Amino acid sequence: MAGDTIPRRGFLVGVGLAGTAAAAGVAASSPASAEVPAPNQSSATEGAAAPGNREPEPLLALNEAEHAFIVAAVDTIIPADDLSPSGSECGVATFIDRQLASAWGGGAKMYRSGPFLRGKPEQGYQLALTPREFFLAGIAATNDWTRKTYGKDFDRLPASERIAALTALEEGKADLGHVSARQFFNALLTITMEGFFADPIYGGNRNMASWKMLGFPGLPATYANVIDQYRDKPYTAAPQSIADFS
Amino acid sequence: MTTKLPEVDVVVVGVGWTGSILARELTKAGLRVVGLERGPRRTPGEDFTVPSIRDDLKYAVRQELFQDTQMETMSLRHARSETALPVRRLGAFLPGTGLGGAGAHWNGVTWRLLPTDHKLRTHLSERYGAQAIPDDMTITDYPVSYDELEPYYDRFEKLCGVSGKAGNLRGKIIDGGNVFEGPRQAEYPNPPLEQSVAGATFETAVKSLGYHPFPAPSSNASRVYTNPEGLTMGACIYCGHCERFGCESNAKASPGVSILPALLSDDKFELRCNAYVKDLVHDKTARKVKSVRYVDTRSGEDYEQPASLVILGAYVFTNNLLLLYSGIGEPYDPVTGKGSVGKNYCYQVGAAGVTVFFEDKEVNPFMASGAHGIMIDDFNGDNFDHGGLGFFGGAWIQAGPTNGRPILSRPVPAGTPRWGRDWKRATAKWYNHAFNIGGSCCNYAHRENYLDLDPTYRDALGRPLIRMTYNFKENDYRVAEYVTAVLGRIGRAMNPTLINTPAYRRGNFSAIPYQSTHNTGGTILGTDPKESVVNRYLQAWDADNLFIVGASVFPQNQSYNPTGTVGALAYWAADAITKQYMKSPGPLVHA
Repeated sequence: MAGDTIPRRGFLVGVGLAGTAAAAGVAASSPASAEVPAPNQSSATEGAAAPGNREPEPLLALNEAEHAFIVAAVDTIIPADDLSPSGSECGVATFIDRQLASAWGGGAKMYRSGPFLRGKPEQGYQLALTPREFFLAGIAATNDWTRKTYGKDFDRLPASERIAALTALEEGKADLGHVSARQFFNALLTITMEGFFADPIYGGNRNMASWKMLGFPGLPATYANVIDQYRDKPYTAAPQSIADFS
Repeated sequence: MTTKLPEVDVVVVGVGWTGSILARELTKAGLRVVGLERGPRRTPGEDFTVPSIRDDLKYAVRQELFQDTQMETMSLRHARSETALPVRRLGAFLPGTGLGGAGAHWNGVTWRLLPTDHKLRTHLSERYGAQAIPDDMTITDYPVSYDELEPYYDRFEKLCGVSGKAGNLRGKIIDGGNVFEGPRQAEYPNPPLEQSVAGATFETAVKSLGYHPFPAPSSNASRVYTNPEGLTMGACIYCGHCERFGCESNAKASPGVSILPALLSDDKFELRCNAYVKDLVHDKTARKVKSVRYVDTRSGEDYEQPASLVILGAYVFTNNLLLLYSGIGEPYDPVTGKGSVGKNYCYQVGAAGVTVFFEDKEVNPFMASGAHGIMIDDFNGDNFDHGGLGFFGGAWIQAGPTNGRPILSRPVPAGTPRWGRDWKRATAKWYNHAFNIGGSCCNYAHRENYLDLDPTYRDALGRPLIRMTYNFKENDYRVAEYVTAVLGRIGRAMNPTLINTPAYRRGNFSAIPYQSTHNTGGTILGTDPKESVVNRYLQAWDADNLFIVGASVFPQNQSYNPTGTVGALAYWAADAITKQYMKSPGPLVHA
């Protein structure tokens, strides 16, 4: 894309490897090495989410360039720090790919008859596009804009420019042509949060990283026996997910 | 081709709360009843089980149990001058579908109306003068008084095993209950639920301000309870997966727990799921409904089911639609004020919620139940003097988390970024240390707020969508402004570390954020066939063998969650049918 010859799949495999070694590996293979961020560095010490040698995720809805965009976006929205690994290390990119391939991504439970008119904001979403189509259009439009503005696809930008780019989208200051920047950003933010905080069965929130960060116990068997005892006291049970009960 | 089926005594359209109650009472009276439910069959013990029922994404976010807008939705415009556009995805409200209807996924807050709510126009006229009510505020009295409905409120509360504390027992005011409520003949069937630190903090604050706190009246049972149907509810386990979910411990009253097991075992009842009702066949001359036409969505086959008696027990929108599709009653015209079907469509107005943050409190918001918390009713209805205020009505006010499910519930102080490092810090820091104080304001009927058929958009069966012409009006904004100020006062009285300053509520009704599934009106109760759709027994003026049951009969919407009143009116209508109509079929009220 845009004369960029670096195969993203290799890049992604690198991202799948936790820690500074992987980041260094990416840098070594990339002519844009000086600008390639190492978003996973801090997780090397944390290491909560990513086992060392995970295979690349098979993709259901996104192509490799789109997946790279999503990885970069979710890692900007949810950066790695001492509270949690990054969004992609927590599986949020996997979650988004699977959601876009799901019935929901295909427009299930969504009224899709025309005419399609531009409404008032309070009338809600009025486009003919399914969520999957909308995201793919948004990714393409954002990459067009970052190429114009920064000379590169979004996922090739250094961390500071990724933050600037997403901020421009959020504030509606980026001109994405036929796609509303604000609308796309809000959809991206919403699905990222869904992936970070949903039960891990959907591919995100690996190792219940977000639940551990919050102190959300996930799926309790019951609180009937503890609600009185723990009123105004910290309740620090290890979280449990659907898989733990299955 | 339509297959005409043999006649039955009764057809019930929609098998949620009202359809289940009517079907149960009518089969008990000896009638053969067919229940038509557009959605799938669901059984709590099979479909609402751990761990799958605790799937926040599936149930709360992807809306597993709600009306499928791909089949049918509503269109929205704010004024007659605008073009309505379809609500393509549910947001503001979440009607149910499937056996049990929205009764499967409600929260369980179970109120009665105030005695003055039952005679709203008369009461306000007497206290403030008739001229104080704006001309375009089309509020009316219920043609059923509180005293008349009281035994039926009581009956529904016993069906649901409501947990709470009475504030007015046969006229005796009891501190610690809702001292503003009408006299009740009996204490709630179950004691209040356990409270959270949020409820306790709220209680202390509102007492210091001189208000009157009480525990939320909750159809989440505080202990194991067997209802008058002989059906046993479990005790609430405070799992924090209540609204939008089915209850796996059978502690939340629902048709599936509280009534359907008895109904489904009665061979006078026949349940037909996947039966999408298209219209009613109305004989205008005889003033009777002859049959109900539906499509079986499993086969695509059309059926016509004749019946002596028809109960419309669907959600507000469907009750209105089926009258409009069937030519029953005169559609409301906001220009002339004539006609009644679609009139007085109401909703509720969310006041700006106040969020309070406490560095030193552990809220544990995940230990919660759907109807959980401490409330006050000091600023509801006409419980406070409206003289000089420039509005009527108010809101109940409450604190106490209903859940801590983090996809949708992550309070952060105002000004926190929505993403990135600082967002994450604030989210982690405050998740267990904040709660909301909320209030849902009444919505008094307005001449320009109504339902009719959309001229452009159609549902999957090719029928016009229901069109909402709806917006908040001046009275709503003023109520919300007033209530928001009260919320702020209460929040500050708690001495929190931080408080999210309430934003004053102006602006259009939006279909996007969830507000409440408390839509009402369009087939309203009344005393005059020109002004209303059903008489005091919920019997249609234009077809004496048609009873319309549900919040669609509310003449206007109070701040209260509607289900308690919906259930009471269902039993009231059932009694009128079995004690009066069955003996002498015909109009029960002669206008």
